[in-house]
Amino acid sequence: MGLLSKKDIKLITDPLADNNPITIQVLGICSALAITAELKASLVMGIAVLFVMGVGNVVISLIRNIIPSKIRIIVQLIVVASLVIIVDQVLKAFAYELSKTLSVFVGLIITNCIIMGRFEAFALGNGPWRAFLDGIGNAFGYAVILLAVGFFRELLGSGTLFGIPVLGDPIEKTGLYATGYENNGFMLMPPMALIIVGLIIWVQRSRNKALIED
Amino acid sequence: MGLKSNLHKLKEKYKGTKMAPAFNAIHTFLYLPNETTHSGGTHIKAADDLKRTMNTVIMAMVPCLIFGMFNAGYQHYLALGTIEASHGFLGETFWTWDNLVIGLWKVLPLLAVSYGVGLLIEFIFAVIKGHEVEEGYLVTGMLVPLIVPIDLPLWMLAVAVAFGVVIGKEVFGGTGMNILNPALTIRAFLFFAYPTWMSGDKVWVHGAVERAGTADAISGETILGSYAQNQEVLYNYADMFFGLIPGSVGETSKLLIIFGALFLIFTKVGSWRIILSTVIGALAMGLIFNGVVDAGLITASSKFYGLMDVPFWQHLIIGSILFGAVYMATDPVTAAQTNKGKWIYGFLIGFISIMIRVFNPAYPEGVFLAILLMNVFAPTIDHYVVQGNVKKRLKRVKVKTV
Repeated sequence: MGLLSKKDIKLITDPLADNNPITIQVLGICSALAITAELKASLVMGIAVLFVMGVGNVVISLIRNIIPSKIRIIVQLIVVASLVIIVDQVLKAFAYELSKTLSVFVGLIITNCIIMGRFEAFALGNGPWRAFLDGIGNAFGYAVILLAVGFFRELLGSGTLFGIPVLGDPIEKTGLYATGYENNGFMLMPPMALIIVGLIIWVQRSRNKALIED
Repeated sequence: MGLKSNLHKLKEKYKGTKMAPAFNAIHTFLYLPNETTHSGGTHIKAADDLKRTMNTVIMAMVPCLIFGMFNAGYQHYLALGTIEASHGFLGETFWTWDNLVIGLWKVLPLLAVSYGVGLLIEFIFAVIKGHEVEEGYLVTGMLVPLIVPIDLPLWMLAVAVAFGVVIGKEVFGGTGMNILNPALTIRAFLFFAYPTWMSGDKVWVHGAVERAGTADAISGETILGSYAQNQEVLYNYADMFFGLIPGSVGETSKLLIIFGALFLIFTKVGSWRIILSTVIGALAMGLIFNGVVDAGLITASSKFYGLMDVPFWQHLIIGSILFGAVYMATDPVTAAQTNKGKWIYGFLIGFISIMIRVFNPAYPEGVFLAILLMNVFAPTIDHYVVQGNVKKRLKRVKVKTV
């Protein structure tokens, strides 16, 4: 028995696949559609949510016994809001351009259903260590989908990955572009993100039939 | 012992195997299936199954396709200045062998890619799901080459067809279950994914794209494009009506589209209600815009002036509103099903098409967007029409019982 028991490991691995917050619970879709046009933005968003969920879950878990249940939503909001403000300020200080790209969606982490959902469903009823694992597990699940969607959208939409051209230069017509290939402008629009998320859900459920609801 | 009975025998042999759907698709493409309705209570016996219906629509489109081929070459040579402009439907420089060669060279690959990719996906899904190959793609595959610009790269078409068939149709459960018209889904995908290939003044005439920026540059602005930029239009009404104008491959000849419409109405495959109400809707919107201009609310300095000032009836012979009304809006799967619903559905398509056309020069043609939008609303329209009818009949019952 090390630091992580079998149950603990399950807390982290479950949200990555069979209980993924985006593809299975269908939460946090708005930000997944809005900011995944670039891989970099997806990554930063994933890290931001990882921080907020990890710390937030621990804080809520620590004070879970002294929160009056009538006002618990307000308390949860205050915790998320404080954490999100920290993230927002850090981004503005160290990655101003990126914070412009993410714009309002950093602030909207507050209303991300995944976070409130984990607070309500898990942190209020479990100890800080388990709550922490649950938090980062779900945040990883969120980030994985964000990165997958971001990967396809940036690669096919702009021909770059993390801003680095990988398919050649679209203006000078080098690399793949020399053969007549062109970037797919539709990929940069939010509807395509929804379609990609849909395709991921399709693949996932056809591989694991137990996930299909009636 | 002809080919037909041999095919029937083979069908029995392959029954139940993985290959059966693929085989049946080819088998019934040419012949009626050999099974007949069982004698228990079926009174209507007709040979016009789905495949027959689809083939009728295809026949209605063939004249447009052939005309589109000639027009492709005609526009190309006209822009190069090697031939004189011809006027009237039987123009001397139009129906020439040279024109047809260009058309065949450019349009047949579009047709082949459209059918090849689309039917391949249909076959794959039929084999995976173990059902028969559905005939729905036959019409879509014919429509697609008619509604794209002539110089569209083939790989783009292939990507779009794959997207349209999978996302537009197969995810909903295949032919008959789709919410959106697959051909228009394909066009919408192309339009948003590769806008430089789907709009502007370079894509409508063969050869214009590769000459752009050189000394030999040629322009192929559509009439809508000219109007949207408040430019002079170089074509007369007869050219517009007969179709000697740049545009998507098959949508230019209004005369042939009207013949196609009559054919569809006569064979009862297309709904005359939808076609007529779309035309009425377009005219109504055109009249409103003309009224706005006459009232002096919009002056010549406005960027909407060019298209608003177009006489209302002229909206029917520019752009693809007629083609959309006849071949797209009447798609029996995605259109409204009730008679009253069809009137509302068609009217709104015409109305919104002209509205998008005038108000949004970024989308010089709004017909495909309007039809897709109304595809989404068709079930809602039907729901309210049916509910209205239910209410009316309930009232009658109450009066009687009182």
